[in-house]
Amino acid sequence: MEDYEIVLGARKEGRFTAVDYICEFVPDFVEFHGDRLYGDDSAVIGGIGYLKDVPVTVIGIEKGKNTQERIQHHFGSAHPEGYRKALRLMKQAEKFHRPVLCIVDTSGAFCGIEAEERGQGRAIADNLYEMSDLKTPILSMIVGEGGSGGALALCHSDAIWMMEDAYFSVVSPESCANILWKDIQKANVAAQSLALTAPKLYKLGLIDKICKPGDLKSLKEEIYQQIQYLKGQRIEKLLDDRYMRFRKVGY
Amino acid sequence: MGLKTFFLHANNELESGGQMLRPRKVCCKECQRQIPVSKIRKNNFVCPECGYYFTMRARRRILMLTDKRSFIELDRDLESINILDFPDYDEKLSAAREKSREKEGVICGTARIGGKETAIFSMDANFMMGSMGAVVGEKITRLFEYATEKKLSVVGVTVSGGARMQEGMISLMQMSKVSAAIKRHSNLGNLYIVLLTNPTTGGVDASLAMQGDITLAEPNARVGFAGPRVIEKSLNQTLPKDFQKASRVLECGFIDAIVPRKQQKEYIEKLLVLHDV
Ligand SMILES: [Zn+2]
Repeated sequence: MEDYEIVLGARKEGRFTAVDYICEFVPDFVEFHGDRLYGDDSAVIGGIGYLKDVPVTVIGIEKGKNTQERIQHHFGSAHPEGYRKALRLMKQAEKFHRPVLCIVDTSGAFCGIEAEERGQGRAIADNLYEMSDLKTPILSMIVGEGGSGGALALCHSDAIWMMEDAYFSVVSPESCANILWKDIQKANVAAQSLALTAPKLYKLGLIDKICKPGDLKSLKEEIYQQIQYLKGQRIEKLLDDRYMRFRKVGY
Repeated sequence: MGLKTFFLHANNELESGGQMLRPRKVCCKECQRQIPVSKIRKNNFVCPECGYYFTMRARRRILMLTDKRSFIELDRDLESINILDFPDYDEKLSAAREKSREKEGVICGTARIGGKETAIFSMDANFMMGSMGAVVGEKITRLFEYATEKKLSVVGVTVSGGARMQEGMISLMQMSKVSAAIKRHSNLGNLYIVLLTNPTTGGVDASLAMQGDITLAEPNARVGFAGPRVIEKSLNQTLPKDFQKASRVLECGFIDAIVPRKQQKEYIEKLLVLHDV
């Protein structure tokens, strides 16, 4: 399959969204709201619950299932308060020694005057900065779209997993083609060149695991095993490994 | 840096703010007046007629901010490669090296500022819009690691269009890499002063530009995450005139102070002294 088809597929309606994963992994999920600074962003869902016998904090970027839901969730594009809610809940997870699971599906951070003026850049920067030092395990999963900085803001983790049919990219292929070649028709060329698919990113050492879509039950078991493994690490080692995980990117 | 290369840089840097007319005069982009290069240079690359800020080259900025002959460059030989085999990237890199006469889009090193030993990085708009790829990320990360080890403050000057698309996710994850190094530097009580210059956007805005202990900006610098045209197009909103301008970003609470070019060295010196133990 062409890489661009994977991008288009990752955007399709009818896919599992963050809510589906949360319901399967953490059936007794308790949702929490608000960033305590400005408001509550419906593009980001956060809360706690049991992953089997382990209490975890789960944060997901939710797109919604139909047009009405999609509008309500801002099409899965988070405002600064969404990233700040995520960070608040991660800090809470650190306090109570809960592992964090991030489920990422976004075409990118929200683009707008208000988002800019409330500090979209600062909000993403804060997440990267604080997550690099968060004293509890973090596992991130790209389940659909991994759109640029808006997705990266929930991926400063001990491990980044990716669905086989998801993509993770520095820029959307369309914008890339438009900026470089002034021709949006070349989006497929851009997609092919950006190395945005799970196999290519795995080969580059940028993601840690490629997951088979569909079988949520086995996926839940794999996540549980991974979280148990991360929980078993000494915090100093966990943070050193997390540092090195990103330190070696590009070098 | 030899004297010869120094003058080559001096000519190049006026290209981004105005059009070179004859060898010794430049047409200001803002007021359209023809101004002798020597006058602009003496005025820290600010138009003496209208106050327009010409883009300053990375090395020139370091010279302006640091004590005479104190700058020692680190990692100057790191060069980018076309790791993803991205179309036209090799040509773009060659053109950028030619245009900027630099190997990459950031210059790092140590220098004294008001007598105080400091680590400094300065991004270069003439190298692919100051975009951050693996080498830019690596050089800044190494600088913060060096500064952490030596307990030095870091002064950083940003100018960037964001992550460098041609290196894909390797570029994007430089944001993560640099952020982690800045956090470690901070955890040990070290100071990071960042000076935002026009434009500081995208992935650089969403990482190292917004992680300073003290955030300064140049007058009129554009600072923001998303491009203004993208916002206009996607939302059909007309943007306010001061949108993403340093003055507005300060009002919104994300900048400590706007410092005119002429005062920047003195201002930073004062901040360094205030953090001296
Ligand atoms: Zn002028």
